[in-house]
Amino acid sequence: MATKSLKKLGNDLAQSNKQIEILSNGIFKSGELPTFKDKISETSQFPIKAKKLEILQINVGYMCNQVCDHCHVDAGPDRKEIMTRDTMRQCLEVIKNSGAHTLDLTGGAPEMNPDFRWFVEEAAKVGITDFIVRSNLTIIRANKKYYDLPDFFKKHNVHVVSSMPHWTKGKTDKQRGDGVFDKSIKALQELNAVGYGMPGSDLKLDLVYNPSGAFLPGDQVAMEKDFKKALMDDFGIEFHNLFAITNLPIARFLDYLIASENYEDYMYSLVEAYNPAAVENVMCTNTLSISWDGYLFDCDFNQMLELPVNSKSRHISEFNEELLEGRNIVISQHCYGCTAGAGSSCQGVVA
Amino acid sequence: MSKPYYDAADLRKFGKITEWSEELGTKFFDYYGKVFEEGALTAREKSLIALAVAHTEQCPYCIDAYTKDTLQRGITKEQMMEAIHVGAAIKSGATLVHGVQMMNKVNKLDG
Repeated sequence: MATKSLKKLGNDLAQSNKQIEILSNGIFKSGELPTFKDKISETSQFPIKAKKLEILQINVGYMCNQVCDHCHVDAGPDRKEIMTRDTMRQCLEVIKNSGAHTLDLTGGAPEMNPDFRWFVEEAAKVGITDFIVRSNLTIIRANKKYYDLPDFFKKHNVHVVSSMPHWTKGKTDKQRGDGVFDKSIKALQELNAVGYGMPGSDLKLDLVYNPSGAFLPGDQVAMEKDFKKALMDDFGIEFHNLFAITNLPIARFLDYLIASENYEDYMYSLVEAYNPAAVENVMCTNTLSISWDGYLFDCDFNQMLELPVNSKSRHISEFNEELLEGRNIVISQHCYGCTAGAGSSCQGVVA
Repeated sequence: MSKPYYDAADLRKFGKITEWSEELGTKFFDYYGKVFEEGALTAREKSLIALAVAHTEQCPYCIDAYTKDTLQRGITKEQMMEAIHVGAAIKSGATLVHGVQMMNKVNKLDG
């Protein structure tokens, strides 16, 4: 189980250019597998173009109370990149003037940003009603100052989306750290207690499943059924939907794939599972990702690979919706992760 | 040193069997695909049966394929091992039940 980020460990893969190099060379350079560009060109889907902006996904910092094995952010307690209130103010300006209707807050653990609550409150004042917070659950139990998060979420009708890799303690703790399962269960029960995830409730509580190893997620509907039954039978927990998300081969998950000699097989699995129908609805077509320091990216993964948007408008301070709409999405081989099987996005399957 | 008989990378080439006999190969893969669809049994139940049979058949390709398939379906390692024990129990039972034949023969020859 990891305890430090790759960055802290001085691992080569903490460098985004090193990751791009791995994804561009080897089996893709030799032609053994087609590049993502070649693959989507077969069905005339290159280039992928951004449609109308609907969701602003803001990464408010890479700090996290957990160090998960698969984390594409390489987040952890040792990461100090945190969005300042000034950058948040610039984001609020954009929210006021853009057509985006959803604010999707992620991290790290977004709640650890000292201005997290201020930001949600200010965004609510300028008219955002559709909030998503990607909560790791354990943060709610990590420290007394977070105990009232369920009430805070409820007050602003925040849609809570939480990672839960399995309904058993063993598989969950293997991926996310010892004790994570028990704390997550307690946090889910507390969210249920204030009304989150209950049948018919407007307080949306969705779970995210991503595999604990070098394999793809199974059918989202079947997995949801299994999760619902097990969490209800064992702990009396209710939730709304399960999103099955594919692990993308970047950062810590890429490091794991290489160290365990699964990289080539995993890339084969992704390419074999390629589904052109999923390309139509990949999340980068209606979402813009903003980094802790205000730069714009097509998605959170491109943010971690430091692949900026292909536009003259590259920073929140020079945000220009017209310039960004219709831009060509920046792609590499990691994009196969979003087009495998029924597709994968922060909202679950797309095809 | 000769090459091993089995190469894990050969599993990826399974589909190529259609190249030398297209009609039969295609019919087989259509049938295979249909068998594993959700039916009176769930796809999950079928995957566990396949994992057990992969072991009784001692097919290394099938073991690789259905270990991965069961993992993808969220099946736990305890469930996977129990499924293999079902296969093993039938295999050992099939051996031991022939003991009755041996006993019959002994009784006839030396009774």
